[in-house]
Parts: sequence; C-alpha cells; structure tokens
Amino acid sequence: MEIDRRDFMKLAGVGGIVFASGLGGRILGATRPKQEEFYFVQLSDTHIGFDGPKVNPDAKGTLKKAVAAVNSLDQKPDFVVFTGDLTHTTDDVKERRGRMTQFQDIAGQLNVRTVHYMAGEHDAALDRGDAYQEFFGKLNYTFDHKGVHFIVLDNVSDPGAIVGEAQLKWLQSDLKGLKRDAPIVVLTHRPLFDLYPQWDWATADAKSVIDSLMPYRNVTVFYGHIHQEHHYMTGHIAHHAAKSLMFPLPAPGSTPKRAPIPWDAAAPYKGLGYREIGADVKNARYEIGELAIQGA
Amino acid sequence: MKRTMILVIIMATALGALAYTTYSRPRAGDVKVIKITAKKFDFTPNELTVKKGEPVSLELTSTDRVHGFSIPDFMVTARIEPGKVTRVTFTPVRTGEFTFSCNVFCGSGHEDMAGRLIVTD
Repeated sequence: MEIDRRDFMKLAGVGGIVFASGLGGRILGATRPKQEEFYFVQLSDTHIGFDGPKVNPDAKGTLKKAVAAVNSLDQKPDFVVFTGDLTHTTDDVKERRGRMTQFQDIAGQLNVRTVHYMAGEHDAALDRGDAYQEFFGKLNYTFDHKGVHFIVLDNVSDPGAIVGEAQLKWLQSDLKGLKRDAPIVVLTHRPLFDLYPQWDWATADAKSVIDSLMPYRNVTVFYGHIHQEHHYMTGHIAHHAAKSLMFPLPAPGSTPKRAPIPWDAAAPYKGLGYREIGADVKNARYEIGELAIQGA
Repeated sequence: MKRTMILVIIMATALGALAYTTYSRPRAGDVKVIKITAKKFDFTPNELTVKKGEPVSLELTSTDRVHGFSIPDFMVTARIEPGKVTRVTFTPVRTGEFTFSCNVFCGSGHEDMAGRLIVTD
C-alpha cells in the first residue's frame, strides 16, 4: 500500500511514524531528549565517482555540503547511517578502491561519534562485496541503541538482488531472541517489496524477509536506492526511502527510462537531500524530517 | 442399435478430446522463437512484438558476462550465463507495451539495459 505523507500522519500512533519538515536537530523538540528518545541522520546514495555535469555539476561537493550541514546541526545526532551506494560503480578494481577512499575522506569529516555504513549494488555487486568489506566491514550486522534493535540487511552483494538463504537464516536466528513487541529498525539499500521491478526496484526474495519480520509488531524499514522520498506499508511494516546526495530519479514508472533528473539551474540541488529520524522508543514512533542541501 | 449409439458417442467424445488437446497444446512449430543477445549494456533486439495468447520461446545468450532477463508483468525471469543458451517460454496474456530489463547488476550501464515488449491482438 503506497501512502502519502497525509495518510501517514493519520497513521501516526498506529504505523508509528510522523513527519516534520527539516528541523535541524530539533526533531524531538528543543529540550534535551529523554533517555528513551534519540535521533539519527540518514544519508544515502552518495555515488562518489559519478561524473555527469548535466545531472550534478557539483558532484564532488554535494556530500561535503551534507557533511558540513550535519556537523552544524544544533543538537548532535546519536549516529549517522549511510544506506548504500556510497560510490558509483566501476569495473576498474583499483578505481573502485580509489572511490571508496575518497568517500571515506569526506565521511570521515563527520563530527559524530558513530557512523554505520551499508553497501549498495554500486559498491558491492561486481565483486560480491570484497572491496566494500576491506573498507567498511561486514555487509550485514546488527546493533542496539537505547532499546531499538537495528538490523542491517545486505540485498546488493549478490548481483541478482537477493538476501539469500544464509542471511535469511541469520536474520531469523537474530529475531528469535527478540520480544514480539521489540522496537526493530531494518536498514537496507533496496526496497524490501516490489516497488517497481521493471526498474530493478525490488529485492528478489523480499517476501521471505517480510514473512520473517511480520510476527514482530514494531518494525520500520529505512532504505535508499530509488533516490527519492517514498513511503509504503507492507501490512504493519512501514518502509521509507531516502533521497540521494548525487542525483534524483523519477517517480516509479513515471517516465520510459529511469534516467537521472537533470540539474535545474534555477533550483540547484533540487531533489537531493538527507533526513533526520527521531525515535520515540517507548512508543516505537519515528519522526522523519527531510533536509535539503543548501547551495554555496 | 443401442451399442452402435454408445460407440458413436464414445468416438465423438474421443475425437472431441483429441481436438481439444490439439487446440490447447500448441505444436513446437506454433511457438514463436526469438533469439536475444545480451551484452553490456543492451539487448539485441531491444524491441519484441508478439501476439497475445501465442506462446513465445526466448533463446537468450550473453557475449560478455552474466546478465539477467526480466519481464515482471509476465513473471518472466532468467539468468543468462555466457557460453550457453538459456531458454524461457511464456505466453503473453494481455496486450500492451511492457518493459524487459536486466535484473543482474552488470556495471555502470546496468540501469539502461532494457527493452520493449509489444503485445498485439
């Protein structure tokens, strides 16, 4: 079920999500967050190494601007997540590592204690994640933060866009240790539903993942890949796609090709951005604030 | 007389069943065979025209690396390994224009590796 922001607002308290415009680190209010509240920042699809002046003449500077913006947030996020496609793909294995180094140099400027990375198909599909793991570590892992269980799923290192049997077993084993009402956030790159398979906007075995998550009442998915804000429900599980920090893509199926949307000189950085996500752990509610990239 | 009638009914039923079988199971010659070659980052041909209700057999080959072939609207998906022919058969059940694309990530032009399937009456 595709739903817009207004519908999500109606679902607030049921689907566990509310929206806010970019609040610059004040997403949970100006006061100091309670112990059971925190916020984090999601950056996605930075595609370092992409070269296309008609699409983004500031390809080398956009992530830097986002990093500077995050560093200047009034209140520091507890952590930052990058949901894949850190680099733009290349067949040249040396260049691939070069792009990962460039990415690390920029992301390393983030003035936050913790950064969680995950891969996109551009980073990991051509070598099954070999280079990615050298630079950023595991492709799938979990971490816990203030009562929320985060699960990072890899649906990209297999070029056929699958999670795979082994990872599914790992997921099911991890879930077994959780209460049915535990707050769970899944971070991944591709959509975990058939958003638009004609454009490869899907995960081939997503149904098995969702079937495994369904018994858990408080699950929310944050992902990237489609370079635009998008919200969708599979049963009680909410899925939220983030904007890119390199180029926006058209709405699913709205154009014959999924070509990047050209740069608009009258509105630089239009369609690009990042988001802050406030977590109200006690109520398993998440508040999303979309933030735009500001020009120089 | 009664026995003859029964025989005629049996024969008619058998012929009917045969006719039905012949009608519902197309012979090998009735299947439209289309050869498609995949390479980074296109399919040749990249436009296919077929008829609704007529079975189509795609013979897929790759000249460079592993690619995929997917027509989500007809639940068609295949992995194309270089050096062999991958066959996939389907029957388009509705008219219109549909996208086919590579669904195995193959590099920087992967997103452009697509074509059009036109299904006519």
